[in-house]
Amino acid sequence: MSGGPLLEVTDLRTHFLTSRGAVRAVDGVSFTLERGRTLGVVGESGSGKTVLARSIMGLLPAHNVKRDGEVVYEGRRLTGLAPSELREIWGAEISMVFQDPMTSLNPVVRIGRQITETMHFHLGLPDREARSRAVELLRSVGIPEPERRLRAYPHELSGGMRQRVTIAIALACGPKLLLADEPTTALDVTVQAQILSLLGRQQRERFMAMILVTHDLGVVAGRTDEIVVMYAGRVVERAPTTVLFSDMRMRYTQALFRSIPRITDPGHRRLQAIGGRPPDLVAPPRGCSFAPRCRYARERCHVEEPPLTDAGPGHAYACWYPAEPGEVAAEAASAAREVAG
Amino acid sequence: MAGSGTAHLRDGDALLRVENLVVEFPAGAGRRVHAVSDVSLDVLTGETLGLVGESGCGKSTTGRAVMQLPRPTSGQVWFEGRDLTRLGGDELRRTRTRLQMIFQDPISSLNPRRSVSDIVGEPLAIWQIGTPADRRRRVAEVLDAVGLDAESAGDRRPHQFSGGQCQRISIARALMLEPKLVICDEPVSALDVSVQAQILNLLEDMKARYGLTMIFIAHDLAVVRNVSDRVAVMYLGKLCEVAPADDLYRAPAHPYTATLLASVPVPDPAVRPDPSVSDLDVELPSPLAPPSGCRFRTRCPRAEAVCAEREPQMRQMAPGHFAACHFALEPSAAAAGHTSWRERRDA
Repeated sequence: MSGGPLLEVTDLRTHFLTSRGAVRAVDGVSFTLERGRTLGVVGESGSGKTVLARSIMGLLPAHNVKRDGEVVYEGRRLTGLAPSELREIWGAEISMVFQDPMTSLNPVVRIGRQITETMHFHLGLPDREARSRAVELLRSVGIPEPERRLRAYPHELSGGMRQRVTIAIALACGPKLLLADEPTTALDVTVQAQILSLLGRQQRERFMAMILVTHDLGVVAGRTDEIVVMYAGRVVERAPTTVLFSDMRMRYTQALFRSIPRITDPGHRRLQAIGGRPPDLVAPPRGCSFAPRCRYARERCHVEEPPLTDAGPGHAYACWYPAEPGEVAAEAASAAREVAG
Repeated sequence: MAGSGTAHLRDGDALLRVENLVVEFPAGAGRRVHAVSDVSLDVLTGETLGLVGESGCGKSTTGRAVMQLPRPTSGQVWFEGRDLTRLGGDELRRTRTRLQMIFQDPISSLNPRRSVSDIVGEPLAIWQIGTPADRRRRVAEVLDAVGLDAESAGDRRPHQFSGGQCQRISIARALMLEPKLVICDEPVSALDVSVQAQILNLLEDMKARYGLTMIFIAHDLAVVRNVSDRVAVMYLGKLCEVAPADDLYRAPAHPYTATLLASVPVPDPAVRPDPSVSDLDVELPSPLAPPSGCRFRTRCPRAEAVCAEREPQMRQMAPGHFAACHFALEPSAAAAGHTSWRERRDA
């Protein structure tokens, strides 16, 4: 089975059953991820990116959830596994790093035990060995005085330090896939840069694949091989990272890219905001879910849902009236020239 | 940074002039948190001052101390020629109507049990301005200005609105008493990118329409550049650098400002992440016992012995461009043209 891709997600659906009806948080997502590669998942809040990560992991509530589709990891169907079987995979094969490092660490357990716990469970390491490995791990994630830190409680550490600890825990058993869900959103910008570099370095050293979930196009630009853009629970565009930025086609991707202020822009530049807000996932609009906010939308967009259309190797988008190839990149380049001139 | 001094204050009449502001909080056992240590700032009428820095740098505390919420430990806050720190209760309340604040979390800053028109009309009711009919008219007018329909929105409660719309309501409330100065504390950081752009554009529109002066506090450097005329960078309770926005971003003089700018992720795969940021010491010093001399020295790539001994004072690096650093980066490149600081550093 080692010949195939590391992870294959096919038509994954996760609907939450509420009194208002089914919330279609993830609604038919497919992609594959090769070993050692990085996939960025970009979207705004409510786009389904976090639920997607949790669905891959199998971290969903037991009740009032309707799941469909397949997640295949190294040839094994994760979607069919019982929780007891999933525990063999969590941490050992697939790990996760969450947004808020305070709530993902146990506040009343010392750092050291939180790191060695998974090594006891998965690798059966004796105490001494697990501790010395924990020290090594803390050192490798850039925590000064690791021996002393093992005895610290989470509240004694800053937010950046805590996130380094959660990364150390995630890496402890050498997983082949790391799911990082907004790992730097709660952190300051200099700390964010450090944590992202740390993740990249660990990934290269361990030949580990990563899914990096974020709302920030800046975060994925320099640090991923491939990107999927999500909107209203679906993938609306998918491309190798450089292709996406040079050749984005889907109108939502384009609008998102245009709406962000940049540090290189001159001051007081009028931002191109996207009007309205994301759709209600209980009753998504007919046709393209972005159509009500899209300034290029025509009649067809409100009636018929656009399929994912191939636009080149690895590049697909779902849009009836897409941007011309290279249109957005040309715009950005001319804006940059304006600044320089 | 960590420096002090008032060389960057401008002559003439600023709308707001903060001098030697100190805010300390008791931290038990006789210790004190030095949240803001000797910060001076001024804002001219019609100007937007951006205040940036990482969490814990004292930027929000500075904004609140201007409002006297709470009163600063020492220092003066001159607003329209009067020192707010010396005004008594009633006079302060009256003066404060011309200073308004917009907060980060739009939902928790609105009373969930009251209707939107009550929330927005409350300032008028408190000061008994106009008849009830006048007030209703004014509420409708301002709600309309911020892009909400008074007819349909007025009777609803905050939970029926999205975060972006709640921020519009907060903005409407802040505008009711026709303030001169609006202090925005992270007004868009809780919002999605697409909504963030709407609110930033709205703030610019309101500024033009109502002739506002603004202090814009945020950690996002790109957002701050978009709205600010002048930018002040803070670190651990001190001011590092103050300059016109374009100069500061094109040619930062303080090593801390340069580090901040190098950390910002750029939405362009051709720009590789700056590796120098990873070398930055990961430990932020405690505000309970800040480092001697320059407070940034423990993490600064250019620090030398003198940085621990003497606190750098604000000095002029280029016209209007001030930094507090013994070994400031040469800002002359800013005058020379378009060489970015990235290129200069690599050269």
